[in-house]
Amino acid sequence: MARIIVVTSGKGGVGKTTTSAAIAMGLAKKGHKTAVIDFDVGLRNLDLILGCERRVVYDFVNVINGEASINQALIRDKNCNLLYILPASQTRDKDALTQEGVGRVLEELSKEFEYIVCDSPAGIEKGANLALYFADDAFVVTNPEVSSVRDSDRMLGILSSKSRRAERNEEPIKEYLLLTRYDPIRVKSGEMLSLDDVQEILSLHLLGIIPESKSVLSASNAGIPVILDEKSEAGQAYADVVARYLGEKRPHRFIDGKQGFLRRLFGGKK
Amino acid sequence: MLNTSPVLEFKSSTFFAPVLLLFNNDIAAIEQALQEKINLAPEFFRDSPLIVDLRELNKQNQDLDFIQITKVLRKIGFFPVGIRGGNEQQNRQASSLSIPIDTVREQGNPTIIGETQKQENIKQPHSQSEVTVAKEPAGPVSVPSVSVAATLITQPIRSGQRIYASGDLIIMSQVSAGAEIMAEGNIHVYNTLRGRALAGVHDNTAARIFCFDLQAELISIAGDYKTSEDLNKQIYKKPVQIYLQNHALIIKEIA
Repeated sequence: MARIIVVTSGKGGVGKTTTSAAIAMGLAKKGHKTAVIDFDVGLRNLDLILGCERRVVYDFVNVINGEASINQALIRDKNCNLLYILPASQTRDKDALTQEGVGRVLEELSKEFEYIVCDSPAGIEKGANLALYFADDAFVVTNPEVSSVRDSDRMLGILSSKSRRAERNEEPIKEYLLLTRYDPIRVKSGEMLSLDDVQEILSLHLLGIIPESKSVLSASNAGIPVILDEKSEAGQAYADVVARYLGEKRPHRFIDGKQGFLRRLFGGKK
Repeated sequence: MLNTSPVLEFKSSTFFAPVLLLFNNDIAAIEQALQEKINLAPEFFRDSPLIVDLRELNKQNQDLDFIQITKVLRKIGFFPVGIRGGNEQQNRQASSLSIPIDTVREQGNPTIIGETQKQENIKQPHSQSEVTVAKEPAGPVSVPSVSVAATLITQPIRSGQRIYASGDLIIMSQVSAGAEIMAEGNIHVYNTLRGRALAGVHDNTAARIFCFDLQAELISIAGDYKTSEDLNKQIYKKPVQIYLQNHALIIKEIA
């Protein structure tokens, strides 16, 4: 059986799709057969981040409606042959997803894959609810600012009450915190919430801090998940996240600005 | 593949509905007073379910035609969903309109429960006195268990979640901003309280709120409330107890 991971946040623009692409690639690179699904029907993005937008033929909604088989819709990544992408439909809206249909697709993927990463859309409507409904683990992506923290908190409430595990009274979804776009210098000057500020409200298991980094944007534009950019701080941070998720012990980095020389080398200045 | 899934399921839930207490049987006056209230907050009352409480009227022997009042309430946009404290005829009228009758709580006034407890306390030592004098000091402390079981929650209460307890509510984790916890009895939060906490929601003025770290958005006991803006800075982030004294909320630091 596959482990189903939902990458969620409530708020938009915090880095859900970047994170989904990075950790899916990270898991595949570690030798685990991984599928990543774009749940953002109507606002398809994941294919761009993974650089496979020109190979999309069938999509998630086609599979749910029985218009294509899963194998027809899955796109194999060009950088890693253990990573497959199930793109969202760009021409439909979230109502095209049904719980029964999503459940059927996930069940079928579970037979073949070790990990299934569900890239949730923003908001707390149908698409987001379906992305988390079947999850075993949740990566809650949060930016160090108050509205993102509150939206994450709301999302955690939904995770603990509206998932399949909650409805069946099973062991709850494991929740992990991913603090993204973290800038130690702005934290120090008081412009940004610190890790402690965020944890005081969310008190979650911290999987990693992804520092604000120019390499994220350029990787997105190039269609190469940032985790493959091993020189960038963000890429290293995502590699740490994947390793920690798989049970490795790695100390947290990028909390304070101590890696100053790295920042200077790799363009981490604000 | 999925046809084994059940068609339905029964679950027990608690819902919150406003109660309309009537003190006068003049239907025209009621309608006018209601309309005035609605004009103050039209969004709040729109399509609101409503429970009609006739205890006070019946205490004063003022009769009221329940069918008529239901018509009026429906006309101005309420959904009457229950009757409390109606007399025999009013209850019959309610059931003819398929409106549920609240019989459980008819005498459920907290002060009355308190009195019966006291009486039982007095009786108890007598019945047991010969055998267990040494073991049972006749202290008035032991209260016979009329109470509803307390609700214990160990998970964090996140923003947007609502918890309702019909007795005491004990929470071991934090209560986030934007969460709402309500109890008919006391509320204990052994962690940070950032959301809204409403104790003694059925007019139980003896209810109290206890918390380790007060950062609440709103606190209320039996309907008397304070928002975070009204909270004194000296008790902010402090362990406190909150209780009601002459309709004033008293917040005291627990030293």
